[in-house]
Amino acid sequence: MDDSSAETVLSVSANSIRITDVTQDGDVLTFAITSQKLNSSAGVCVFRTYEDFDWLQQSFFSQENVPGLQGIIFPPLPSKAFPLQSSTQAKALKQLGFLALGQNWQSYCKALEFYLQQAATHPSLCKCKALDGFLTNSESPGKQRGKKGIFNRLSQAVEEMRKESHKDVDNFFQNERNKNTNLAASSKLATEKLLDVVMTEQKLALACGHFSTSLHLCVNQDDAAAVAFSKVCLKLSDIIEAVKRNFEKVASNNLSTLGLGLDLESRYQEAEKEMLFRRTCKLIELETVKKSTEKAKPHKREVMEAFQKAVEKEFSLISSVAKQEIERFQASRVNVLRSFLIGWCEQQLDTAKECAQLYSQHLEAFKNMYSK
Amino acid sequence: MSEDREPPPVTDHQNAELEDSEAAEELFVSGMESPEGLHVPSEVASGGSNGPKAEQILLDDDTEDLFAEATEEVSLDSPERQPILSDGPSPAITPVTPVSIGSRVELGAFDRSPEEDEDEQESRDTLDIQISVSDPEKVGDGMNAYMVYKVTTKSCLSVFSRSEVCVRRRFSDFLGLHSKLASKYLHVGLIVPPAPEKSIVGMTKVKVGKEDLSSVEFVEKRRSALERYLMRTVKHPALLKDPDVLQFLESSELPRAVSTQALSGAGILRMVNKAADAVNKMTIKMNEADAWFEEKQQQFENLDLQLRKLHASVESLVCHRKELSVNTALFAKSAAMLGNSEDHTALSRALSQLAEVEEKMDQMHQDQAYADFYLFSELLGDYVRLITAVRGVFDQRMKTWAKWQDAQVMLQRKREAEAKLQYANKPDKLQQAKDEIKEWEGKVQQGERDFEQISKNIRREVGRFEKDRVKDFRIVVVKYLESLVHTQQQLIKYWEAFLPEAKAIA
Repeated sequence: MDDSSAETVLSVSANSIRITDVTQDGDVLTFAITSQKLNSSAGVCVFRTYEDFDWLQQSFFSQENVPGLQGIIFPPLPSKAFPLQSSTQAKALKQLGFLALGQNWQSYCKALEFYLQQAATHPSLCKCKALDGFLTNSESPGKQRGKKGIFNRLSQAVEEMRKESHKDVDNFFQNERNKNTNLAASSKLATEKLLDVVMTEQKLALACGHFSTSLHLCVNQDDAAAVAFSKVCLKLSDIIEAVKRNFEKVASNNLSTLGLGLDLESRYQEAEKEMLFRRTCKLIELETVKKSTEKAKPHKREVMEAFQKAVEKEFSLISSVAKQEIERFQASRVNVLRSFLIGWCEQQLDTAKECAQLYSQHLEAFKNMYSK
Repeated sequence: MSEDREPPPVTDHQNAELEDSEAAEELFVSGMESPEGLHVPSEVASGGSNGPKAEQILLDDDTEDLFAEATEEVSLDSPERQPILSDGPSPAITPVTPVSIGSRVELGAFDRSPEEDEDEQESRDTLDIQISVSDPEKVGDGMNAYMVYKVTTKSCLSVFSRSEVCVRRRFSDFLGLHSKLASKYLHVGLIVPPAPEKSIVGMTKVKVGKEDLSSVEFVEKRRSALERYLMRTVKHPALLKDPDVLQFLESSELPRAVSTQALSGAGILRMVNKAADAVNKMTIKMNEADAWFEEKQQQFENLDLQLRKLHASVESLVCHRKELSVNTALFAKSAAMLGNSEDHTALSRALSQLAEVEEKMDQMHQDQAYADFYLFSELLGDYVRLITAVRGVFDQRMKTWAKWQDAQVMLQRKREAEAKLQYANKPDKLQQAKDEIKEWEGKVQQGERDFEQISKNIRREVGRFEKDRVKDFRIVVVKYLESLVHTQQQLIKYWEAFLPEAKAIA
């Protein structure tokens, strides 16, 4: 993470960037972003909407005078969130996955937070003026529509899929592409499966709630036997409540640690894929130009050769930036996953311990009630 | 002492009538034997639960006297029991009571003794008898195949010839047992535990030889249900002594129960219910002298609804748990794949460990789903079926009441006919009429006795049922809590094992 340039444009500390609040006005979500100024103890707070984030991302894509820009693995921006109405809940889940869950957009905000932190710690992107403005200007970027980057979603087109499998000239990159293909697919699948688990856990919590309520309704005081039976039902109702809360906690733990982590990993793999694809496209362009140059008629040859050289230079810049990016990415993702896995395990362990104790208490109390 | 007495409800219908006339004879005999008993104070007559009995017997003994009064037409016109029995004027009526102590005691034996024995029995039976149904074995092939279960009875109770008996029984044997018990005891108000349901779908799969998970589950579900059925049956003090039950548990050969196709537990109850509906449709409005019965019926209706709702909730819970198990297994697989795709050694290992943890959790979820199911779902299902049996018993009481009322109506008619014949001067027909009156008086008495008996039995049965219900649920809650604690402790172990793996990622 050493920056080659002496001047950093970013005036706030990357680690201090937080999304502290989110408000909803109709369809529009507004995020409160706070950060700490680098050279003073002053804090900054700005308000941004998703459009602003999108503008920022586009600004990254369309930077000028950044050599090998296409070799950068751009931090992935989550998709736009649509405030939940019942008809679009399934749609939101499909689009956002884990980020759609959780109360009050917690996971979504966390994801946006990561995005900003990743950008702010990126050796090149942190120098982007747009980022500083985004984080510190009280005025939002407004409706500025900068040049639309050409980098988004290139991999969607069918034609592009053919290009994706184009053989590489460099072993390092060929390996990386293969690995990335596998990891992208695996992490996406794992994220989806974990999401299914969390959804089922939430359904179970609901079912426990219903059961607990039904038990509560069994209370009646008609005679001694009815009173005794009611006592048992009430106790069981309490126990099932505890089971319900446990499921809610387990689901929430899954969501806020491993879920978030896998989601991030999955989206980052996609971002790497896009970068590798851009490079591959450049490679194809280069090979095409080479072929044309070979076939070119002598009077055009010099022009073609000059052009070829330019493309070669671009390609090699992209490749060298890409290599650095890949190494950086590999190191950081392991750390990120590690901290998520530890967090997940520790939270689930704590929850399990609390729960075991609670159940034991219930068991003791119940046995004591009837020991006479 | 009272344990040795045979309860009056006899082993088959043929004897019942005989018993009626026997009892009637006895009463007459005792009535004539000790004339000195005629002077015992009336306190005895109205003592405790034996009050009504005494009054019943009065009627029999004073047949001659009442006839004498019949010409006055004082009390015989009214269909209600009370006016007939508490006939004021004749002092000869009241003191007859002690004379019938002999027969009263006999009739009362069935009432009182089981109550006393019951408490002893209750504390004893959980320790002294254990029945297990195990080792399901398929016999035969194709559509004629059936499952045979091993029934092991371990007990030191004296009713059993050996302390441990093993027999082999098939499902229709269980149904046969239930149908016998139901035909013997339902009409006197005993709550006979219902046998497990037949299942065509489930059994067909087993017959056809599908060795898949669902047929294994089906057999296990059935095995467990059969076990619970037998335990419930022997927990009932009267049923435990029943010769059919003992034969079922002990004899190596059992005559094949036929026509169980129609007479499954549900079949019997359907018949009972149909009969009950028929009674209700006869627009007999029962004059409920005892509010207890009305209240209890209402309570059971409410309980039925509540239990059904609970059952539905639990089924939903079990369903979702199974879904969780499936999804956890899928996640475990995907995590394993992710681990395999991963280059970084420590991360790869951690991910594989994650997959293993998730697999173990999948197994845990399955186990917990079984606990949910076998502890709660089956318990609630059993009780819903038991309540149907309880309601059947209440309906039997109404039927008994109706029979008694009908007998009273007939008696009235016969008396009217006799009265008419008195003036018609046909001596041979008159004698026949008198005979018929005697016959119907006997039936009225029997009807009333039966009604009293069934009411008494039901009260006692309901008391026992409610105690058992609380006990059953308590036991299940404890077992469930224990399973929850166990699961959580396992989970803690898994997480504690995984943590160092996660931390080891460098």
